[in-house]
Amino acid sequence: MVSVKLVNLSKYFHNVKAVDNLNLEIKDGEFVALLGPSGCGKTTTLLMIAGIYKPTNGYIYFDNRLMNDVPPKDRNVGMVFQSYALYPHMSVFDNIAFPLKLKKRPKDEIRRKVKEVADLLGIGELLDRKPSQLSGGQQQRVALARALVKEPDIFLMDEPLSNLDAKLRIQMRAELKKMQKTFKITTIYVTHDQVEAMTMADRIAVLNKGVLQQYGSPDELYNRPKNIFVAGFIGSVPMNFIRGALKRTNGDYILEGLDYLFKIPRTYHDVLKDIEVGTEVILGVRPEHVDIGFGEYSGKVYVVEPLGRDQIIHIDIGGEIIRALAPGDYKVEEGKDIKFSFKEDKIHIFDKKSGEAYI
Amino acid sequence: MRFSPKKFFVSNSFTRKLHKGYLYVFLLPSLGFIVVFFLIPVILTFLIGLTKMDYSFRWDWIGLGNYIYILRDKWAYKILGNTLFYVFTTLAFFNVGMALFISIATTHINDKIGSIFRSIWLLPRITPSTVYALLWLWAARGEANSLFNWLTSIFGLHPIDWKLTYPWLLVILVNGFVGTSFGMIIFTAALKSIPEDYIRAAKVDGASTLQIIRYVELPLIKWPLLFVTAYQTLSLLTSYEYILLVTDGGPGLYTTEVWALYSYHLAFAQYGGIVKFGYGAALATILVIIGLIMSVIYWKVFRFRELMVEPKIEV
Ligand SMILES: Nc1ncnc2c1ncn2[C@@H]1O[C@H](COP(=O)(O)OP(=O)(O)OP(=O)(O)O)[C@@H](O)[C@H]1O
Ligand SMILES: [Mg+2]
Repeated sequence: MVSVKLVNLSKYFHNVKAVDNLNLEIKDGEFVALLGPSGCGKTTTLLMIAGIYKPTNGYIYFDNRLMNDVPPKDRNVGMVFQSYALYPHMSVFDNIAFPLKLKKRPKDEIRRKVKEVADLLGIGELLDRKPSQLSGGQQQRVALARALVKEPDIFLMDEPLSNLDAKLRIQMRAELKKMQKTFKITTIYVTHDQVEAMTMADRIAVLNKGVLQQYGSPDELYNRPKNIFVAGFIGSVPMNFIRGALKRTNGDYILEGLDYLFKIPRTYHDVLKDIEVGTEVILGVRPEHVDIGFGEYSGKVYVVEPLGRDQIIHIDIGGEIIRALAPGDYKVEEGKDIKFSFKEDKIHIFDKKSGEAYI
Repeated sequence: MRFSPKKFFVSNSFTRKLHKGYLYVFLLPSLGFIVVFFLIPVILTFLIGLTKMDYSFRWDWIGLGNYIYILRDKWAYKILGNTLFYVFTTLAFFNVGMALFISIATTHINDKIGSIFRSIWLLPRITPSTVYALLWLWAARGEANSLFNWLTSIFGLHPIDWKLTYPWLLVILVNGFVGTSFGMIIFTAALKSIPEDYIRAAKVDGASTLQIIRYVELPLIKWPLLFVTAYQTLSLLTSYEYILLVTDGGPGLYTTEVWALYSYHLAFAQYGGIVKFGYGAALATILVIIGLIMSVIYWKVFRFRELMVEPKIEV
């Protein structure tokens, strides 16, 4: 088991900055998710760690050993590819055995280990099949087995669940997490699905356009997003962003929008005192932190989206629509007025220009 | 009007049929070509092989007479041996061997440099055959300042006439340098179409470049390999133009004569103007039969292997 350290790591393809000046530390045995939208450089980062791509700039350390010039075969990483990359001409057995055969391990040891890891992943019956004769979920397990069988120091997974159906994905999510906790292999898990990252990872690195936005625990990302991008990316129902200018009246800070005014709780006044009055800001509040039915603000119910257990109520506040999450059995009617308020300690304020969070 | 799924499907399958009809129409000309340029010539060749036709073009039927004559022809056996030697040596060293080597080598280096290298190997193909053959004859002359002799003189060897001393070497080089490009193009295309992730996965699994070639790339281009081997076998069996231009089957009696060239010589270029269309046609018929048998063998061998032994990796 090792720790991984990325220092000022960059990868440019001609003029595309796929990864730009990335700094990241992954502790021994930690499960870290690289999270970001398509094309943000997740796969590129993994391939640099695996040794397939040479960094344009920067350093990769395993423990304290500089790895930049170490070839892939000497890095002892196991990798599950986005496409699984199972060799189509080899049986499942040969696919899983491949890393061990290359290491010239004795035949009976190979057979034993392949059987062991295949049984662990529930594919022991499939060893004679070809990859083309397997379902997506089975292929994914074979890819996992091939990465595990070599007992890697680092486990790299590139969107391993993205080709599975929703039900299997939820099941595999739990299995992967359990497996990682059992073996305590340092794991870097790439995904564009924030739910996957939130549910599985110890820490999450959010990337956008090759640049690290924030690195922290799921809890930190959810409660203290550093900027608008992270705030909008994390959360099953996206955060509400309400535009306005910061104003002061009677010693209170308020957000003045097109047709609405929101008071900013006193607890935040200290943070806000250095900001020029009139600065354009964005108030962020998650739908689950909008209380409805009572409170100091009001709007019109615009549309209701039932989700079963919950429902999303869209409220027109004049020039903006905000979403509130309410219990599924809460009775509302479209077009009717509705009162609401924000949970005071759960609001965020971002600078409009830079997107950075004040609160 | 309401949308009716039933109607939709009816019209859909109708247009599909219409499209298929067009496809058949488009395929007809190729069927015509096969009949005119393959089937009819083969049948004619076979029929002429049953006569002792000459310049008088009379159909004097002699049954299997020509074939019995071939069996008694003491040169036929030597020429058959020559043919097999020529086909398999050229195949092994150039049309498949060299083609594979160049494809693998040039796809593992910088892409631009790789394609420049491959373009060079296309040059013989686009040079007119007479010019190309003359270039080789010129390079292999017996004079001390010829290209071959100049090269060997570096190692302190005496000048020789390459055509007289090593006629087979010359024949195989001349054919091989032309024949390499076909396989090279097919193998390169096949190698380039292997998804990058297979190679990456193999690298992460710990494979060296040679191991990637052996365990991943070669198995994945098995079908193109079979195709090129079979196609080039047939093509070499029936081709003789470069041998005709370079040695004309010599030096001496039938030293580099191959079956197709022998058939040509008997049918069109007998010394003293005697032509034996009938005998030549019988020889050509045998060539067609050998070709068909080889195709079936290649097919069976690869099929059989695919069915019986899955490509396992030996430790
Ligand atoms: N080999 C390459 N050559 C040129 N550009 C590349 C190459 N690989 C990646 N890129 C570019 O680098 C950027 C990051 O790509 P990368 O594959 O790392 O994204 P990703 O985060 O894995 O996306 P996805 O979620 O779609 O898999 C993209 O803009 C992509 O077009
Ligand atoms: Mg990717």
